[in-house]
Amino acid sequence: MGVIRSEQDLERNVLTTTLERLIAWGRGNSVWPAQFGLACCAIEMMCAAGPRFDISRFGSELFRASPRQSDLMIVAGRVSQKMAPVLRHIYDQMLDPKWVISMGDCASTGGLYNNYAVVQGVDKIVPVDVYVAGCPPRPEALLHGLQLLQRKIQTRQTAAATRAT
Amino acid sequence: MDETSILDRLRPHVPWDRVSASEERGGAIVRVPPDALLEVLRAARDRLGLDTCADITAWDRLPREPRFEIVYILGRAGTGDRLMVRTLADGEPPRVPSATDIYRGAGFPEREVYDMFGVVFDGHPDLRRILMPDEWEGHPLRRDFSLFEEPVEFIGHTPKVPSEIIPYFPPGSPSGSGGEPPPR
Amino acid sequence: MTVVATTETLTLNMGPQHPSTHGVLRLVLELEGEVVRKCTPVMGYLHTGIEKEMETRTYHQNVTLVDRIEYLANYNEEMAFYQSVERLFGLEPPPRARYIRVLMCEMNRIASHLMYLGAGAMDLNVSSVFLYCLQDREKFLDLSEMVSGQRMMPGYFRVGGVADDLPEGFVAASRVWLDEMAGRIDEYDRLLTDNLIWRERLEGVALLSAEDAIALGGTGPVLRGSGIAHDLRKVLPYGGYEEFDFDVPVERGCDAFARYRVRMEEMRQARRIALQALDRLPDGPVIVADRKVALPPRAELARSMEAVIHQFKLVSEGMHPPAGETYVATESPRGEKGYFVVSDGSNRPVRVHVRAPSFYNLQTLPAMVEGRPLADVVVAVASIDIVLGDVDR
Repeated sequence: MGVIRSEQDLERNVLTTTLERLIAWGRGNSVWPAQFGLACCAIEMMCAAGPRFDISRFGSELFRASPRQSDLMIVAGRVSQKMAPVLRHIYDQMLDPKWVISMGDCASTGGLYNNYAVVQGVDKIVPVDVYVAGCPPRPEALLHGLQLLQRKIQTRQTAAATRAT
Repeated sequence: MDETSILDRLRPHVPWDRVSASEERGGAIVRVPPDALLEVLRAARDRLGLDTCADITAWDRLPREPRFEIVYILGRAGTGDRLMVRTLADGEPPRVPSATDIYRGAGFPEREVYDMFGVVFDGHPDLRRILMPDEWEGHPLRRDFSLFEEPVEFIGHTPKVPSEIIPYFPPGSPSGSGGEPPPR
Repeated sequence: MTVVATTETLTLNMGPQHPSTHGVLRLVLELEGEVVRKCTPVMGYLHTGIEKEMETRTYHQNVTLVDRIEYLANYNEEMAFYQSVERLFGLEPPPRARYIRVLMCEMNRIASHLMYLGAGAMDLNVSSVFLYCLQDREKFLDLSEMVSGQRMMPGYFRVGGVADDLPEGFVAASRVWLDEMAGRIDEYDRLLTDNLIWRERLEGVALLSAEDAIALGGTGPVLRGSGIAHDLRKVLPYGGYEEFDFDVPVERGCDAFARYRVRMEEMRQARRIALQALDRLPDGPVIVADRKVALPPRAELARSMEAVIHQFKLVSEGMHPPAGETYVATESPRGEKGYFVVSDGSNRPVRVHVRAPSFYNLQTLPAMVEGRPLADVVVAVASIDIVLGDVDR
């Protein structure tokens, strides 16, 4: 076990890759979300972290209270005009590389609330990588969104990366 | 428990000729002019024991004058006693005396009414906006404040704002009238 | 040389994004050392304009908005709104609909208190309780999905009744959940009530005297935790609650522990009411027969032209309640929830105001934390169990 006896063994057990890909693989599988619940969707986000849906299967159970320790912002709920500058502030405090999931219709487009108080889509404030539809989306939908994000990270096609180039 | 109606119990303690009392849909309502408001609230608290201000709200009666009606819902903890006190406010900004001296719990709801309708409560210790940002202009719940809807495109139709999808049908509109734009 | 000790207050901004699990509340705290001298809640970070939005929608459309105000107790929220609208119409739902409503509201109350327990425990770093509570709540969400098709935003109640009858197997499934909950609530009780750390953290913390609670408009468990037996289901019965037998739990501790005890007992009482509703569930229609407010049944549409016209009118125009204003107070898991609805006789309300229990309970927060250490603020916020969607609307 673990001892390489022949050339054949070596070929079976060693993968060659680029450092960039290795880092992307690691990043993709340990995305730490910021604990940033806004409204109803935050409850479903908590359910996704709960025992039935168990987001830790995907390496994202560590909801960090500080934006400086997290690299994913799940915008879970409607973003009001009063919250918008705060949200941008928190996004700016997060360290690169960072990603954003817009969870639910309200965060994605304003949803039900087409009015004076709600920002019509959080993508007017921060770059969004994955939109999850639903009002509120089921936890499975959020997990699917997370998996899409992981694939994006591993192929290095995130919104922030695209914007930088 | 006192079996007489809450209005009968209130009657001896307020200038009854200046108020109008009624029972509507099972609730006791007193309509008072703004200058008699505090007197009625004080009598309700001290004489009737209505120790809780359950709610304060307002609504915009546009185009009628006076424009705003402020509604106070009073209650007594532990019992089902309820009294609705209503007063009309006019002018720009509309002014009514603050109830914070009588009910400490009036602090937040009066701020909300100020924020949403621009009604100034004279004597309120801290009359600031509560829900909207401090630098916001206008008072959202006034009838002449636009909802600021963005038109939504539906495939094959001209863009519509959501509130027009089911049009406004004024009271007594004839059948098949198709509705009309809401009064703004 | 003399040293003059001066104290300087430190202003600490707690929120709007902060580790406690109760949403986007901001507290501006003036600290003198560790002690909070002044606490100013700042809200509005979730202000959604729902009250304004409701003025531009029909009564039927509005249930969608109503659901999203107090998003942990959707059934109770719908109950409150329809109590007001039905009083405008002067309608009374049929008995089966009343029982179904009470059943759903009480099961929702258990689920909502479970969330309080889980989130409150999470705030004090008891994260295992959070996982247990979520597990039980999921089972309620399954039941909710059975009746309405949605986990959280059911839209199940209608003016004059409920949208559809209970699905097959629902009664048995809810009985299973309620039976299971009896043991689970006792388990939480054993886990927490006799837990030394839990008690030390909650007892004597976030004190609110009965006078303050009444004067500041505190409702629900906040009021009952301060020794006032005030439950609107008892003092002003609505929606058929007078037909049910239950107790109103009251604690005289005035602290966070008393509020915890009240909610634990309320879960048991809610279970009791729900079981009574299941036992005595009457047969019959689940919505009134008045075609001006209730959609005709599907089968009728194939046969009757009149039914088709009614259906068309209701869907494309909505209902017209008589002109007037009304306010009905109901008891949501957080306290008095009432809708002040003004109608001018058109198909849209002129004004809908939500009497939000969390808004008033938040007003009691400064009285709880001023003069107390900073660490108690988190306990106080958890003990009043606010929902920011309800505060800001």
